[in-house]
Amino acid sequence: MKETGEREASATGECPGLWDDGQLGSATLRVTRQKAQPLPGCCLLSAQELGPLGNWDLLYLRWTPLSFANLSYSSENQVTVHFINRDGERLTTTAKEGESLLEVVVNHNLAIDGFGACEGTLACSTCHLIFDKDTFQKLDAISDEELDMLDLAYGLTDTSRLGCQVCVKKWMDGLTVRVPMDVSDMRRQLEVGKQSKQ
Amino acid sequence: MAGAGGRAPLGLRRWLSSAAPAPRVCVVGSGPAGFYTAQHILKHHGGALVDIYEKLPVPFGLVRFGVAPDHPEVKNVTNTFTQTARSGRCGFYGNVTVGRDVTVPELQRAYHAVVLSYGAEDNRVLGIPGENLPGVYSARAFVGWYNGLPENQDLKPDLSCETALILGHGNVALDIARILLSPLQLLRKTDITDSSLAALACSKVKRVWLVGRRGPLQVAFTIKELREMINLPGARAVLDPADFTGLESAVKDASRPRKRLTELMIKTALEKPVEMQAAAAGAAAPREWGLKFQRSPQEVLPSADGRRARGVRMALTRLEGLGDSAKAIPTGDVEELECGLVLSSIGYRSLPLDPAVPFDSQRGVIPNSSGRVEGVPGLYCSGWVKRGPTGVIITTMNDSFDTAQSLLEDLQGGVLDLSPSREGFGLVESILHSRGVRPVSFSDWEKIDAAEVARGKAAGKPREKIVDPAEMLRIIGH
Ligand SMILES: Cc1cc2nc3c(=O)[nH]c(=O)nc-3n(C[C@H](O)[C@H](O)[C@H](O)COP(=O)(O)OP(=O)(O)OC[C@H]3O[C@@H](n4cnc5c(N)ncnc54)[C@H](O)[C@@H]3O)c2cc1C
Ligand SMILES: NC(=O)c1ccc[n+]([C@@H]2O[C@H](COP(=O)([O-])OP(=O)(O)OC[C@H]3O[C@@H](n4cnc5c(N)ncnc54)[C@H](OP(=O)(O)O)[C@@H]3O)[C@@H](O)[C@H]2O)c1
Ligand code: FES
Repeated sequence: MKETGEREASATGECPGLWDDGQLGSATLRVTRQKAQPLPGCCLLSAQELGPLGNWDLLYLRWTPLSFANLSYSSENQVTVHFINRDGERLTTTAKEGESLLEVVVNHNLAIDGFGACEGTLACSTCHLIFDKDTFQKLDAISDEELDMLDLAYGLTDTSRLGCQVCVKKWMDGLTVRVPMDVSDMRRQLEVGKQSKQ
Repeated sequence: MAGAGGRAPLGLRRWLSSAAPAPRVCVVGSGPAGFYTAQHILKHHGGALVDIYEKLPVPFGLVRFGVAPDHPEVKNVTNTFTQTARSGRCGFYGNVTVGRDVTVPELQRAYHAVVLSYGAEDNRVLGIPGENLPGVYSARAFVGWYNGLPENQDLKPDLSCETALILGHGNVALDIARILLSPLQLLRKTDITDSSLAALACSKVKRVWLVGRRGPLQVAFTIKELREMINLPGARAVLDPADFTGLESAVKDASRPRKRLTELMIKTALEKPVEMQAAAAGAAAPREWGLKFQRSPQEVLPSADGRRARGVRMALTRLEGLGDSAKAIPTGDVEELECGLVLSSIGYRSLPLDPAVPFDSQRGVIPNSSGRVEGVPGLYCSGWVKRGPTGVIITTMNDSFDTAQSLLEDLQGGVLDLSPSREGFGLVESILHSRGVRPVSFSDWEKIDAAEVARGKAAGKPREKIVDPAEMLRIIGH
């Protein structure tokens, strides 16, 4: 069984710790490359500053927290963000000012299935998040490109945004955003509901 | 697998703590549906083992062979798939055609559950006279040709005419229009194949009509792709304002996506006069494209010598009903549109895989409920073969998670036969061996991938796809 042997070697040998289920299925974001440049100044570092990352020959590089996590910040830049996951679970984390919400999810390994499939390039809408009305109104303006992509999101609401296009600001401390539910989540909730009634 | 239980859906936690045998799951097809189904099972079941079988020596389905070469950002999703494939609990066996090299019943005997995610490999046909004339191509074949799909490498489409007609108003139609009209220097930096780039360099096509049988409110394409077309350098949009009269008020109460899409078409149609002035001033774009509505293809007209297509006769239609469900009814009037190239982009179509698997040939899907194949316990389906050939990657992701959820529930509910005699790949390997089939592993694919990337580098492309399966197999020493 040559194939099986090789496969296990590469999974356990070269990439120790990778196969922690928390990472499985979350984006392997390295640099937020925004083709449409929707929100200039959103991220702390531009792709140029970080060097020519995002080339296809880096296809298999994993997310190594070389960028955002290692920069030093004073605690003044720390902002608490809560994500209500599809199953209703609240994920709380400390974000840094200037990070996009996609980067927050990736840098902190938050277990939101399928989040950020296109790695922040405005091409997938898997980073769709729902805000409360007041917060939504305070966010920076939405670009046409973001609206175009949002139009393909499931569970679209009037207060929907794409997480890769929204940057954490100081005033957002305590922010709560909701991950929209898909079909399987709704079923899972029903299941849980049934079980808790039993 | 420490820690897995904590992240599993609530209902599964209890199950995971018991010492049950590892369930072995087989997934057929390595497109988004196959990979997302595998990902969800692996992530939410800390012990499951998943093997993915793929017909081609290379993975990723339509992400590699469908998604347009000038949309590299969409292909980032393969990074996530690669993570899944590199898991110690996931196997990849390329170069294995299920239904031919190994049957579905054989897989069912080797695995506790089998998920069919083999997509839609054929296309709908118009069923009109002249459809098979030279000069008429299915969108599927054309897309496969420029994206390096092995079976379409001999297509060699004739691009020697000035006007192309694309039948259908979906995103695939827009992809093709964009590829036909894009400036070469934009395509040159993509992973489009060298041979199709060479053919496009000699292309005479400078006008593309996209023709739909219904109206502007029924177009199937989405706004991002339309805007891209409108902004295409060197190509001018030709929309007839008359087609959009009264639509502004008609979409007032429509959903936001439909409303914004329609408004963009109206805006573009009304902008035309300004551009015409620019054209008069000599700044005309040499290429143009446009949308034609309420025209249903009736016959592909042969040239005088009968040897190739020279145009399409369209039945004009009126719409009966409103919104998405409006029907196109022929008015009795017809119109002939001249063109040398016809691309039929009216949708893909799934095919039955194995007599043992039920198939609804009317709808072109495997009959199922939430991904459980009707009447066959332990058999599941996801993606286009489950839902029909529409939906973007996120749609496919959601329905694959849904199928995986059904499978996990069945595992939990004790519905599946978990007998240890179902050894998984061990059993299948001997079958394949006896039939002379050598599977391609994921690390084999990574060698092919590296070779493609190296070849592309010289030309400044992300990769130069290898289009001959025999050559792929040579690279990995098969
Ligand atoms: C031209 C085109 C462009 C697109 N562009 C975009 C885009 O830009 N963005 C977006 O979000 N969506 C896009 N889509 C939609 C997206 O590709 C689909 O939603 C998605 O690929 C469907 O996934 P699937 O896994 O069901 O099918 P597929 O991707 O077709 O995967 C099926 C896999 O099964 C394999 N297979 C088939 N038969 C067998 C067999 N007998 N044995 C073993 N394996 C088999 C196939 O080789 C293939 O790898 C596009 C679709 C098309 C057609
Ligand atoms: N960039 C992207 O995101 C991207 C790119 C490509 C594809 N995709 C997705 O992939 C899926 C498939 O795309 P697609 O374009 O193949 O299919 P599609 O979206 O279903 O569009 C098919 C088109 O063909 C028309 N049609 C069908 N039968 C016809 C007939 N007999 N005569 C005339 N017209 C007919 C349809 O018109 P009616 O509505 O009248 O039936 C429709 O306009 C879509 O969900 C699409 O969004 C996405
Ligand atoms: S990550 Fe794909 S659109 Fe935001």
